[in-house]
Order: sequence, then structure tokens, then C-alpha cells
Amino acid sequence: MASKNVIRAFQDLLGRENVYTEAADRHAYSFDSAVLDPVVPELVLQPTDTESLAGAVRLCNENELPLTVRGAGTNLSGGTLPAREKGVVLLTNSLNRVLEINTEDLYARVEPGVITAQFARAVAEKGLFYPPDPGSQTVSTLGGNVAENAGGLRGLKYGVTKDYVLGLDFFDVDGELIKTGARTVKCATGLNLAQLMVGSEGTLGVFKEIVLKLVPPPAAQQAMLAVFDSVDRASETVSAIIANKILPCTLEFLDNFTIRAVESFRGAGLPTEAGALLLIEVDGHPAQVEEDARKVREICQEMGVTELKVSQSAQEKESVWQARRDALPALARLKPTTVLEDATVPRSKLPAMVRAINDIANRHNLTIGTFGHAGDGNLHPTILTDKRDSEEFERVERAIEEIFDTALELDGTLSGEHGIGMAKSKFMEKEATRGTILYSRRLKQALDPKGILNPGKIMGA
Amino acid sequence: MAELQRLLTLLKELDDQLAGCMKCGMCQAVCPLYAETGREMDVARGKLVLVEHLSSQLLNDPQGVQKRLERCLLCGSCAKACPSGVPVVDIFIKARAIIGEYLGLPPIKKLIFRSLLPRPRLMDGLQRLAAAGQGLFSKKADPILGSSCARFNAPVIRDRHYLPLATTPLHGELGEIDEPAGPGGTKVGFYPGCLVDKIFLDLGRDAIDVLRHRGHGIFVPGEQVCCGIPALSSGDRQGFERLVGRILNQFEDADIDYLITPCATCTATIRTIWPLMAEYLPQREQQRVRRLAEKTRDITEFLAEGLDKASGEPQHGSGEKTGITYHDPCHLQKTLSISQAPRRLIGANSNYDFREMGAPDRCCGMGGSFNLLHYDLSRQVGQKKAEDILATGADTVATACPACMIQLVDQLSRTGKSIRVAHAVQIYAETLPQRAQKEQS
Repeated sequence: MASKNVIRAFQDLLGRENVYTEAADRHAYSFDSAVLDPVVPELVLQPTDTESLAGAVRLCNENELPLTVRGAGTNLSGGTLPAREKGVVLLTNSLNRVLEINTEDLYARVEPGVITAQFARAVAEKGLFYPPDPGSQTVSTLGGNVAENAGGLRGLKYGVTKDYVLGLDFFDVDGELIKTGARTVKCATGLNLAQLMVGSEGTLGVFKEIVLKLVPPPAAQQAMLAVFDSVDRASETVSAIIANKILPCTLEFLDNFTIRAVESFRGAGLPTEAGALLLIEVDGHPAQVEEDARKVREICQEMGVTELKVSQSAQEKESVWQARRDALPALARLKPTTVLEDATVPRSKLPAMVRAINDIANRHNLTIGTFGHAGDGNLHPTILTDKRDSEEFERVERAIEEIFDTALELDGTLSGEHGIGMAKSKFMEKEATRGTILYSRRLKQALDPKGILNPGKIMGA
Repeated sequence: MAELQRLLTLLKELDDQLAGCMKCGMCQAVCPLYAETGREMDVARGKLVLVEHLSSQLLNDPQGVQKRLERCLLCGSCAKACPSGVPVVDIFIKARAIIGEYLGLPPIKKLIFRSLLPRPRLMDGLQRLAAAGQGLFSKKADPILGSSCARFNAPVIRDRHYLPLATTPLHGELGEIDEPAGPGGTKVGFYPGCLVDKIFLDLGRDAIDVLRHRGHGIFVPGEQVCCGIPALSSGDRQGFERLVGRILNQFEDADIDYLITPCATCTATIRTIWPLMAEYLPQREQQRVRRLAEKTRDITEFLAEGLDKASGEPQHGSGEKTGITYHDPCHLQKTLSISQAPRRLIGANSNYDFREMGAPDRCCGMGGSFNLLHYDLSRQVGQKKAEDILATGADTVATACPACMIQLVDQLSRTGKSIRVAHAVQIYAETLPQRAQKEQS
């Protein structure tokens, strides 16, 4: 337990009510959304302004208390689990002001605790568009999105969080303010530290303020639901659409198992015999949307689509998307524990990846439903299990490892959007070189000599 | 030691339901408390982890867990939005009861739940005393709402704006009623709930008028017994069961087709919480509980079903319409999925112009005893609701739960904007022929 003096120092700095020391409070911060064993922090801090945030970081460093920054705590790789000893959880969700939405220069300045969907709504009200839309956007914080380089459904056309970070103010371990990037699209000033911080999972600094790029919203959209009798057909269709120089804003995929789960959950009349579903949305200028949608329809026909539903109204578009939104809830209800992976492959390797996942499921006698972002090769094999069944859970762990191995064999990557955290750090060496890990560790060692910034994450201990 | 074992055994029974939580955190998006505090122990996911850790002995602090479980409105927003379909409210209710049994009740709660609530006559006497005394320390706050506030800094009441207790409760005024089935062949038991019995007597009278107008025979027992939810949410299963038993006795032999209540919380309690907790009762009692639960209907749902058949809802009045909006009580909209029925009743009165407020289904922050235990937080949540109501420009806000009405009166009275608070049935009752005539004369 942190000494009384240290606790008093935190209380003086943050206010008594923002320092949690009681066991029942600390246990509420012992988990995130990853399927991992809980780790109970010794202290939980909830600063209400950025000045005391800096002070809290400094105090942690002075007292060698390892700190883990937490926004909404929806991390899927254990990145927000505290250190096993003397762990401090530092909450940024009270730092939730949108400081500026600049409609002339197309940027916004936000504090790290602003909730993604609330921000996107505020931006839309000003007639602009912030595209990154991770699955947890209704609760996730922008600070967490940047720290994890969060993706979403619009990756193929609009990119992911890193493509929207123009600038970043953050604190180093001494609570010193570091300013990097700018409010301009172009910036060639100094080391690109802002992008170094993107996806760093809280291991290199603590965010104070983020400058995000905004774009004009598309004027029109059209959504389609295409049914295929095989995954190969669906996947070839994805490749054909892109080969025809069309970039849909979303191109989502559901496998047969997921289709059946969604249908029994919602009963919206999905074809349960289908091998795969594609949900395709094109957006842009109305004329271009019409042209692109026509071409997509033709390509689908050529590729042997068995059923094609084109949304004519906002309501129909909703019903097309409902199937995708239902995917996770429908799967999650089948078994107590839901392990959501995000191994990603080049999109041309999608059929091979889906086949391999099915083989792995059969080999280990496990239930896996797969859906995800076909347009960018980012699949979500979702393993349905019960973690209380230790024998089955061992098979789950073997299956996960094999999914990683397959993704890497197919020139893919361990994580498309969930991050490495604790869950995947031991696999890092499979994808990167030993040198990469040592280089990362030396970098961290130089910036964080006492190793207090989210230790154990990404590059291991 | 034996008690601890019993605590752990009972908690273990919740294990399967707890395991369904994938800790995705989507409950944060809808929890009215989390919106105010951003604290994980205030939202479903965090509380479920606390129960889980208590059950698995990772955390040995039943008091600490109890305290945090009680900081919850039991509004059910989380359960309704949960992607995995975790029955969050069921778990919380049971966990409160299990931990409450282990820790025992504080003396004041024991007095209220075990000695006062099950003794209606004693309650009536207390009510007379309190009603006689309340004028001494109250001053009028808002004439439209009929609200008052304390003259001086009073404990418990603090700076609340509240409605006066009636000197004679509704059941005292009505006496026992046992009419034969009406022309439609139905006989309904009317269960006003404590708040209607003691504070919103007009609502009770309106409800009975409408039921009679529809041709239903009415049964009202001579006494009002609490539905048990205040006891149970405080973790007192024994007190709860005693109250349930008394109500079962009251209505058992009355040969009613339906049990009608104008209180969303009472309806939800009898319909869902009674059967949930019946599993702890002997087989015979379980059947009695289920039989009455199945007969129980919310009054708006019951009346809306007959709306098309009802003869001559008068379309009177051609003058200026009054703006009205509607607040969805959590226990109606989230627990029982009833949201259209009350709106249809309001729509049947052409004197009103209906305007939907923003987020009509967001909890008002009342949460029964939550309001007593955590008044500041309750008020914070309630002020958002008041803002949404005011933004519609309506002069009247209707709802379908007397508990919400208490909160709306308090929060609106504070704004000083003189907005009327009514039950949807009261708006509908204004269309009854005798009322319409009275209004026109």
C-alpha cells in the first residue's frame, strides 16, 4: 500500500474525493474489456484539471508508483490493467472539454476524456465530420482512441485515428509539458512525436490535449446488403470492387455462423444458408454515389451475388446496418465468455484467413463466429466460450495463438485496432524482430527511466 | 462462519448470470449516474465485478459492496442496453437481499420495513400525525404544483420541494369496495400504491372514475399495504416477503380478473420482482405469487387496450390547446416495455398539444430510496430532466409513475416555471363526460 504521506500528497493535489483508496472502489478498476485475470490497483486517481493531472504524474514518478492511464476502460488487450505491484490507475474521463471546433481551419482541440461519439456529434452539428468510429465509440474516450490507434468501420476510405491526429500536448514522467505537431495540415517541425504517441498505449507519456483533423461530410450515402453462397465469392467481390477503383466508406463482412446467430437474435429475415454477407456503403457527391453504387451492383451481379438489397431510404439503410450492429450482441449471448480478436491480413488474403479460422475452430472443437471489416482485412474472429471451463479455455488460448500465426503467415498483423497491451505482448517477437523490441525498450528506458508508464504493456517487461 | 458460508453459497447462485457480463462497458453510455460521476463503481459493469469479487472472495468487504450497490437508481437502463443481455437489475436486487441478510438491517430500517409497513393501521395513525404537523414547518413554493418547502433547515427534508401528505389516505376515504363484475364482465382489483394512497389522492380518484366509466367492477381492500420494493431494495427480503404475503391475502378471494395499478414501480415490482424473488418461497406461495403477478396490469396499458372500443371519448373544447409532454418512467418503459400506451391516453384528450421532449426515457433520478440516500446526485440527474421538459415549452408534463411525479414536482418547483405535473390517466380522465360538462359549465 502506498504510504499515508503519499496518499495525503495526492489528496492535497486532487481533492480527497478524487483519490480512491478503499478496496471496493479499487476493485472496480481491476479490469477492462479484455478476457484477463483482474489486477487490483493500490490507488485510483481522478484528476479534474490538466494541471493536477501533470502533478499526479510527477508524484507517481517521484514515488516510483507505476501508473496506468484509463479513459472508459474498454480496452480489449488489457492495456488499461494496472501494474501488479503498487499500481496506480489515473482516470482522464473528468478531463472532458471540447476546447475548440474550428470550422475555418478544419480542426478541433479536445481534452483526452471527451467521449468519441459525443465529439463526433458535436462536430456534425457544426457541419463537419470526424470519421473514426470504433465499436465502443458511445463510451470510449478520444485519449484512449489515440493511445490505441483505434479503428472502426470506415478505415478503408477514411483511415483510422492516427490519420486524424495533427498535434498533441502531453506530459512526460516529470509532468513536463511536451508540445508536438500543429493545428495545420502541414507540419515539418521537429521530431514527429505526436505520431510516436499514437498507439503507444500510455507507455511514453500522458495526454493533455489533442488536435484532431476534421473533414467535410459526404453529401450522400447508399448502403447495400449482398448475399453470397461462399466466403470466397464475397471476398473476390471485395477485391473486385477495389480493383475497379471504388472505395466504399464501409465494407463489412459476416460469416455463416454470425449470420445464423444474428437471425436467431433479431429475426429480420437474413438468409441463414448464405456463406457470407457483405454490407457495403458508398458515400460522397450524390452523382458519384449513384455511379459507384451502380458499379458495385454490377460487380456483385458478375460475382454471382445470390441476393442484393439496396437501401432506398434512411430507414432501409438502418435495417441494413442493424445486421452488422447485431453481430457482437448476437454472438455474445450464446456463451458466457466472448473473446474478440482482431488479427488483420491484406484484404486479398481474406478467404484464406476465414478458411483457416474455421479449421482452427474445428480442430480445437471451439465455437468461433467471424465478422469484421472486409475492406481493410481486419477480421473479428469471436471465440465463444466459458472461461470457468479451464480445459476449454486452454484450447481457446491455443486457438488464439494459431490465429496469430496464420495472420502472420499471410503477411498480416497481430492487431488491427485493439492494440497489444498485455494479452499480445508475448507474441510481439513473432511479428517484429528481436531488435525491434529492444529498440522500443531502449526508447522507453530513456524517456521513462523508472519504468512507471504503464509497465508490461506492448514490449513486455 | 456459517453465515459467511451462506453468503458465499447464495452469491454463487448468481455466478451464471454474472459470467454473462463481457465488461464491454456499454452500460456507461446509458447509466444516469455514470454520466454525472464517471466512476466505474457507479455503473453496472463495475458493480457486477464487485459482486463477482465478493463471491469469489477476492474482495472481503460485504459492507463496502453493499454501500456501492445501494448507489444505484435500479432504473434498468443498463439491462435494457446490455449487448449480452445480462439481467443486471435481477442480479442487483438479489445481491442486495443476500448481502442484506448477511449483514443484518440497521435498526431504523428494521423498524420501518418490519414493524411499520406491514401494519397499515399504524401507518394511517402516523400519517394523520404527520399531516397535522406538516403545516408548521412548511411554506408554499409553487401554486400550480401545490408544492411546499421547509421553513427552516430541516433534516431529511432539506431543501426539497414536496407535496403535502393527505390527512386521510385514499383507502380511508374509499373504504372497502367490492362491486360485482361490470357490464363488460370484468372485475378489477385496484391497487393504488402508497404514494397515490397518501399523496396523489386525486390520481386515485381519477383512476377509479375511469375504470368505472369503462364498465369494470371494482375491488379495493380496506387497507393499503406496500408492494415491498423499498424493503427489498434495502436488502430486507424477510420484510419484503411479509408485505407480499399480506397483499396476496387481500386480493386472493376477491375473484378479480385483473389487478390494476397507476404506479409504474408497483406494477413492475409485482409483475417482475415478485416472481423473481418467489424462488426463495415454498412451492405453494410461488404459485400464489405467479397467479397475482400474471393478473397485474399497468393502468395506462389496460386503458389503452380498450381505447378503440371505448364509447364516445368526447372531443370537446375548441379553444387554445395546452402544450403537454411525457416522461417515460423507467419501470414502465425499460422494465415492461410500455411506452405507447400512456402517449395514446394523452392523445385521446384533444385539449392538449403533445410535444416529445429530448430523451423522454432518460431516468428522472428518483430511484425510490436512492433519493433519500443520495439526494444531491438524485437532484443532479433530475435537473437534466427538468431542462428537457422546459425546452419543450409545454405547460404540463405527464408521466405514469407517482415516484417520478415526486421528483418532477421537486425539480420543476425549483425552476419556478409553474409547470403542472400529472399522471397520463389524469389527462385522460378529463375527457370523461361528467368532467367535460363540469369544465364547460
